[in-house]
Amino acid sequence: MVGLVIVSHSWKIAEGLKDLTTEIAPTHNGIIAAGGLEDKSIGTDAIRISEAIKQANDGDGVVVLADLGSGVMSSETAIELLEDEGIRVQLADAPFVEGTIAAAVTAMVGSDFDAVLKAAEDTRGVNKIN
Amino acid sequence: MSTRIYDCLKAISEKIIDNKDFLTDLDREIGDADHGVNMARGFQAVIEKVPSDQTDIGAVLKTTGMTLLSTVGGASGPLYGTAYMEAAKVFAGKSEVTGEDFKSGLEAAIAGIQKRGKAVKGEKTMLDALMPATDAFSEKLAGGASFADALDAACTAANEGVEYTKTIAATKGRASYLGERSIGHQDPGATSLTMTLETIRDFVKG
Repeated sequence: MVGLVIVSHSWKIAEGLKDLTTEIAPTHNGIIAAGGLEDKSIGTDAIRISEAIKQANDGDGVVVLADLGSGVMSSETAIELLEDEGIRVQLADAPFVEGTIAAAVTAMVGSDFDAVLKAAEDTRGVNKIN
Repeated sequence: MSTRIYDCLKAISEKIIDNKDFLTDLDREIGDADHGVNMARGFQAVIEKVPSDQTDIGAVLKTTGMTLLSTVGGASGPLYGTAYMEAAKVFAGKSEVTGEDFKSGLEAAIAGIQKRGKAVKGEKTMLDALMPATDAFSEKLAGGASFADALDAACTAANEGVEYTKTIAATKGRASYLGERSIGHQDPGATSLTMTLETIRDFVKG
């Protein structure tokens, strides 16, 4: 199953989004939250994110969802640190909450890496109010 | 006894930590008021994590970069972290620094920062200090100047770069939300970068 890593400056946001996503996609067991710094203070940590990616990977690859600013830069750094690990991993260019949930549901039903990434990124153009 | 590279790194860390409030105040004007706090936290971890007897400069810089990546917290983490890690590759296995090595290290740092932040010159970032400093350093070195004199020129150019950041609007990072209103304020990242270069210069001049 394609794994997901949730990156936020806030430990609580990442954990909260993981809780919400697990509620909606209960049989996905490869969702890892990597929010905040080690002591749960506000910030992003490329090393923790790279560990989370390794943990989320069961061989089918990992899609990373990030909040903003250094969340994006630290995720890109984390992916680069894993260059020699042979893990298929990509940061989704997607809204954080909508993208994570779409990716989780898509991954849960057994879709491949490209489909999961696309599901996340397809939420970019979705109107919140129809 | 500690190595020269450790002592230099310790001097840089102390400079950043001493200027924590100043850097944070600069960031309060145009950013999210965390640059000094974040950098001080990162460099505090650096002086604790880097072994004081490690002679391989590449290894020291790599540990520095990795530590900054995981402890700074804000955008400066991946930016400075990547800069130190890219420079580390130039110094792998070396225990002394020549002017040519230093120039290559600066160029590698610029390439790393650009890869990470996707910024170019003139966007009110640390590159506005680092790029002219590197140009000035290379030019002096090519003209036959000593390492110390070339570093002097680099620091002058970096300071001019910081002044230049007051005249332009930010288009990267949180300061970009302010657009034109960021004009008149110097960039905190360019400032901490210049402090780093000045500390290296003072250290080399001894």
